[in-house]
Amino acid sequence: MGEPMIVLDEVTAGYGEHPVLRHLDATIERGEFVAVLGPNGSGKTTLIRLLLGLLAPSNGSVVVAGTSPSAARSCVGYVPQHRGFDRDLPIRGRELVELGLTGSQLGLPLPRRSRRRRVDDVLELVGANAFATAPIGMLSGGEQQRLRIAQALLGEPSLLLLDEPLLALDPRRQHEITTLLDARRRATGLTVVFVTHEINPILPFVDKVLYLVGGRAALGSPDEVLTTATLSDLYDAPVEVLDVGGRRVVLAGDAEVAGLLGHHHHDHGHDHDEEDSRWD
Amino acid sequence: MGLSGYLALPFAQHALIAGTLIAIICGVIGPFVIIRQMAFAVHGAAELSFTGAAAGLVVASNPVAGALIGSVVVAGVIGAMGERPRERDSSIGVVLAAGLGLGVLLLSHYQGFASAATSILFGDIFGISTGQIVLMVALAVVVLVAMGTIYRPLLFSSIDPELAEAAGVRGRLLGIIFLVLLAVTVTEAAQVVGTLLVLSLAITPAAAASRLATAPLAVTGISVAIALGATDGGLLLSLGGTTVPPTVFVTGLSFLAYVLARLIGPSLASRRRARLQAARAAEEDQPNSLE
Repeated sequence: MGEPMIVLDEVTAGYGEHPVLRHLDATIERGEFVAVLGPNGSGKTTLIRLLLGLLAPSNGSVVVAGTSPSAARSCVGYVPQHRGFDRDLPIRGRELVELGLTGSQLGLPLPRRSRRRRVDDVLELVGANAFATAPIGMLSGGEQQRLRIAQALLGEPSLLLLDEPLLALDPRRQHEITTLLDARRRATGLTVVFVTHEINPILPFVDKVLYLVGGRAALGSPDEVLTTATLSDLYDAPVEVLDVGGRRVVLAGDAEVAGLLGHHHHDHGHDHDEEDSRWD
Repeated sequence: MGLSGYLALPFAQHALIAGTLIAIICGVIGPFVIIRQMAFAVHGAAELSFTGAAAGLVVASNPVAGALIGSVVVAGVIGAMGERPRERDSSIGVVLAAGLGLGVLLLSHYQGFASAATSILFGDIFGISTGQIVLMVALAVVVLVAMGTIYRPLLFSSIDPELAEAAGVRGRLLGIIFLVLLAVTVTEAAQVVGTLLVLSLAITPAAAASRLATAPLAVTGISVAIALGATDGGLLLSLGGTTVPPTVFVTGLSFLAYVLARLIGPSLASRRRARLQAARAAEEDQPNSLE
């Protein structure tokens, strides 16, 4: 064990001449729950692509589970940003989940009892049993998202990468999914890297926050990173972090920085029930 | 001569063997054509097999070989031009127009009977030689083995390309392989129903099947069954003492299956929806399973 799950050393990466990530150093230990925060375009998705081995850094090195990201693929689970499935896609939840295990194998899909049981187990885990045999296009965004999480967990990954996994979920499901992920990492030592706009729903579980702004980054515990001093330094402008009834609120006086923060998207403290109601 | 009399003749036997092989491979390819939104690629590959046939005719008096080689070339060109649906549709349109123009040019230089080339437009199922049957068996085996081999990664990358890529599936390569298999299948099918009506075997059965079933393997099974019923049924009807060409029956039967599927489909879907609602409601009644 001992070795860290992810080591980023002097990583510069992005597309074209303006890299989104510059000289990023970060170490994430096994079993940690890490939230990746930052305004749009700050490199959150680029980071995920680096960790999946879909993008090579233009400089520096990325090590996942002691090896290269593409060699580590079999121990990485991935939940991409939510996109709905077509209404008449001829596939059901079960089969979608199963592709998480068999989707990259050649040969015909012969049914196996052991695989069946594993699929049953992850469906149970995310509470998807009730709708797993319905066509995927008939399901709500939240139901589809739970199936995707089940699919990512099926391969029993040691690292789980999630890109905005809470977007399509109502508050109750958000709570369920984050609780589930937390329980999972406590039981199996799973490392969770969680890209999000909303820190508050996951704040109780988070060990570390990786905050990205304009190619620069801060990594540390929420109490270290989500402070007026650290964020002001990162944004290079005065930013204030308030604690309002147990929620973190990031405020900017400067109009430009407020734009960077993205108002309702980035205001970690706004009543997230209100935003979620759009997704119900 | 009655049906049983015809069935003793080689041309009828050849037609049934060829029809069966083509129905099976079309039925297998079809569901992927639908998921990957490639109906226009089928149409393009089919019409371009006319150009290939014309080239084969001019160069070596062999329209079938010309059509096959041409279809693989066309699939390669279209594949190389891009995989995203919008990009693909316009590049197919461009290649299709240029290719058909070339076909007309080739035919205008051909001194023999043009009927060999026009038969590929409308199909000539009752004119299949033993040699062609052997070729068809070989191609059907190749297509089926290849589809069986890439089935899961192809399904994965058709349904969720981004996730499949992250899992190490080489979606672009699979897309090109599938395009080649599709082009070969379509060219074979063109000999039964003709290039103009290939969609009735490569699309219609799968379109009907995906209104009836929801599991990928079930859709494939139903699609093969409908393609078989339409092709063999159509051939038998045509042999049973009419002067109507078999193509009419084949396209007619597959269209009939599609109409029936559209009629039955909505009630199947609403039954599924009701079952889903009931399952959700039952879960709501239980204490929260996650806590």
